[in-house]
This record gives sequence, structure tokens and C-alpha cells, in this order.
Amino acid sequence: MDLAQARKIVEEALSGIEARVEEGRGFIEFIVSKENLVEAASRLKKAGFDHVKSLTVVDYKAEGKFKIVYYVSSYLNEDLAGVIVGIGTEVPRDNPKMPTLVYVWRSAEFQEREVFEFFGIDFEDHPDLRLLLLTPQVAEKRPLRKDFIVKEEPIIRTTPPTG
Amino acid sequence: MSVWVYGEQKSELGLEGTITRKIEEDLYEVFIGPQHPGSGHMRIIIRIDGDIIVEADPDMGYVHRTMEKLAEGREWIKNVPLFERMAIQDACNVTVSYIIALERILDIEPPPRAKYLRTLLCEINRIAAHLYGFGIFGVFIGHSTMYMWSFADREVMVELAERLTGARLTHSYPIPGGARKDIPQDFPQAARKAVRYFRRRLEEYRKIFLDNPVTRKRLEGVGIIPKKIAAELGVVGPVARASGIKYDARLAEPYDAYDEVEFEVPVFEEGDALARAWVKFEEIKQSLRIIEQAVDWLERHPREAPIHDRFWAKSPPLWKKVFEAEGRVKLLPLMANMKLPPGRAMARSETARGEIIYYVESDGKSTPYRVRIVSPSARNAIVFKYIAPGYKVMDLPTIYGSIDYFPPEADR
Repeated sequence: MDLAQARKIVEEALSGIEARVEEGRGFIEFIVSKENLVEAASRLKKAGFDHVKSLTVVDYKAEGKFKIVYYVSSYLNEDLAGVIVGIGTEVPRDNPKMPTLVYVWRSAEFQEREVFEFFGIDFEDHPDLRLLLLTPQVAEKRPLRKDFIVKEEPIIRTTPPTG
Repeated sequence: MSVWVYGEQKSELGLEGTITRKIEEDLYEVFIGPQHPGSGHMRIIIRIDGDIIVEADPDMGYVHRTMEKLAEGREWIKNVPLFERMAIQDACNVTVSYIIALERILDIEPPPRAKYLRTLLCEINRIAAHLYGFGIFGVFIGHSTMYMWSFADREVMVELAERLTGARLTHSYPIPGGARKDIPQDFPQAARKAVRYFRRRLEEYRKIFLDNPVTRKRLEGVGIIPKKIAAELGVVGPVARASGIKYDARLAEPYDAYDEVEFEVPVFEEGDALARAWVKFEEIKQSLRIIEQAVDWLERHPREAPIHDRFWAKSPPLWKKVFEAEGRVKLLPLMANMKLPPGRAMARSETARGEIIYYVESDGKSTPYRVRIVSPSARNAIVFKYIAPGYKVMDLPTIYGSIDYFPPEADR
């Protein structure tokens, strides 16, 4: 199955829900509104997409929003296993709250915790929203947001040593 | 914040069959790791009733390096040595999908020779990583012979990788549009000798480890993941294949030379720790087959620079001289601060422990805008939480070892 066929299947499954389709290389994604996300995800699961491969958040600081996409695929349906389909939404940077999809895809549980600590996105109704990888001190700084800047320490000395 | 109660989470997943007895009160909390010799750089907080695990909470992050953030500050090609640090004995498998994602954005395909070279190293790495996994697994369950044997035999594969790339581990071998070195003249003989050695050796592994009554007693029926639950939890690699899921990134979306070489994907139905060990064992056999085919192909076809013409045509004469003399592609200067056109790409590859996924976004600069990595161990960590409850404390090392959890790769 290629992405064009997958697009048809997903569009059929999502009929009635307004979705913006974006194509990347090696995947296709559908962006829906926050309110429709849970419904859209449940329909995708019914269509055979049974697990989350990657929960990807991109911080578009200039546009003031986070794009949150669940990239899903299938284990039990071997046809669908060849494609990666994204279902996601956009939330404003200043108040990042969204519903959890743990009850649709259990495999998203740990990745939602990861997104919570790195971006500070609050997943409402998540059963166990705690820090996963970071310490509280680091997580406070929201390290993967674009306003967190990593300063590289110089390896090569540019000035001659004194004394 | 709600805390999972024993029994509740399992019934939600349809797992009632594995509960051994009802839990009342008087629970102990036991911290396993991170200093425990068995657990590696991670901690599992378990609550036990008598000898039975009631609740398990994997506490990861002890070797976390925020690679996704570090990658945003580095040039595209410099991220290869960074990402390799996730699993150093599996370096080519881990980075090849990052390179494929870059190639998708650049819209180039490596020449066939480069594809075979990458496939060759990927399979050498896979065997080395599986042997590493076997060794750790062996010592977890007190089988130190397996530990000694597989760590000694791993040396054969590491040596082979060194002949091919010049480095024992962290080879930084694939680059956008190709690979960095062709095989040396005496490589095919060495590879065939190693394959012959391993075929004989695997038979001994089977006798002393997989078919050993003591090992089987420890592994059989432990950590069972039914097929439906495995799909629900999204486990990957040998863990999924031991539960009857026929999924392998090499099959689902063939990359490099995997659509041209012949191999099988071993699948087992039992879903227990023993089946997971068998999957890895059978995979080593398949990797040996692929190595033979790749070496044959490389021997039959003329030597040419294993890199895309778009880069090779622009390279200075010295680079061509070095290639003719040593079969080595010196890293091209234009790659150091190569700019990628704006675009987004995703790529997956099958590492020894399962599928790794990269999401790469470029905004036209010489550094990535965003790189998202989801490594196999990170996806398998959920097994501790949902599968370990119901088994004895003694079974935890078995479960840990059988899913081949590797902290540096999970933490990224």
C-alpha cells in the first residue's frame, strides 16, 4: 500500500470531520481541531491503525503554536503496516492544553509523559502524567521549546594562554 | 493523578488470565536499580505482596542527554556521531534511518553498491547487538557461560566491522547519498569464515542456553505478552515478533538492499521470554544469510565510489586518488555545512532491538529545525508497567533481559 491509498482510507474514516492534509516524505498527516481529535483518533483506530509509533511535537515559535502529531500505523493489518499516518492538532503556545489519547492508544502513554515534561503540554485526563526522563529542575525549563537555547562550549581555544 | 490499582489495569487490557492471586494490603515497595548490578542505568520501582509484583513503575532517564535538543544546534552530518551514542554496538542500524530521512529531503538515492555496503554493516551490527543482548540476558538469570561465550564471539563481528569501517564501534559509516568505505580486498574471505564459525557456534548456543532445562525453567511462561496486548502496547522488534506480530521495518518499508536480498522474519506465537530469546537466535541465522548474499554481490560487481554522483562529481581530485588507493571515501568538505532544502521526512529502520523512527524537519538552514527520535527500547519500556505485575520478583530480571532493554537508547 502506498500513501495515496492510505490517504483514501483515512479520508473515508474521517468523513464529516474537517481535516487539513499535509504530505511529507514517507508519511502523511491529518490536522484536525482539538475538539475533534479524540473522535478522529478513535475512527482511525477502528480503521485498523492500532499503535502509535511516534508522538511528535514541533514548536513553531514565530506562529505561536505547537503542532502535536500522533504518527500511527498497524501491526495486525499487514497492508497498513507499510504506511505511517499522522493525526494531530495545533495548540497555542501560551496555553498548551489538549485531551489525551491514552484511552484510544495505550502505546501513547509514555510518549505523552515525555511531551509533557519537554514542552509543558498538559494532557487532560491522562491517567499518570508524571515526569519520565527529566528531573523537576530541568523539566521546569521546558528544554525542547525553542526559547530554551543550548550554549555550546568552545572546544578549541581561540586566545593564547596567559601567564 | 491517579495510581493504578492492581487488577484494574489488567482487566482494562483483557489480561485477567495472568493474575495469580488477589492482593489485599501490606505491600512492600522495592527499588530495583539504578545501582543494582542487573538493571543497568534505570530503576524499576516495584510494589510486592509476598513474592508477587503488584505494581511496577519503570523510572528511566538516568543516562538522558536530550539528543533531540542537541541535534538542533549541530550541522546535519555532525548528528550522525551523536545519534550513534544511543547504541554503540548497533551504530549503523541506529543512524541509517536518519540518513535515509536526509536523503528523502535531498531527493537522492544512494548507488546500489552503497546500499549493499550499508546492509552488510547493518547485519554485522545486528549480530553483535544480539550477542550483547544474549550475554546480558545470560548473566541476569545466572548463566555466566552464555555471558562469556557471547561476549567473546561478539568480538568476531566487531572485528569484521573494524575491517569494513576502521572503527570497532561507532563507525559513522552511512552518509547522505552513500557510505564511507568500500570493502577491503580480503574482506569476503574473512566474512565467510566468520559466517561458517557462527553457524557451528549457534548450535552450541542452542544446546547450552536455549535448550538447557535450567534456562527453560526460568524462561518458559514468563512475561507472556498476547498478540492483541502487544499491538495495544505498541511493542517493537523481537518482543513483538515473539508475540506473533509479523512486523519488521525491513519488510514493511524496505530500505537499502533489503528488497533485493533473501531473508525470513522469524515469528513465534508463545509471547514469553523463551520465545523472545528464540526470535533473536533465529534472527542471527537470517543475518548470516544476508551477510553472505551481500558479500557475494559486492564481490561480483565492479568497485566504484559508493556515493551519489551529485556529491562525487563535485569532489576534488585528491578525494578520487584516496579512493583509488585505499577504497575510502574521504568525507566531502561540502557535507560539513551542507544546507538541506526546506521539507519534512520520516524514516524507519529495524535495529537489533526493534524499529527506530526519525522525524526530520528542515527550514533550509545547515542545522535541523527539529529531529524527533523514537527508539525501540523507549517503546518497549511500557512492558514493565503492564506485563511485570503478576509475576514473581525473581522473574523481573528475566523479563528485563528478554526484552533486551537498553537504557542509553531508551533515554536518548
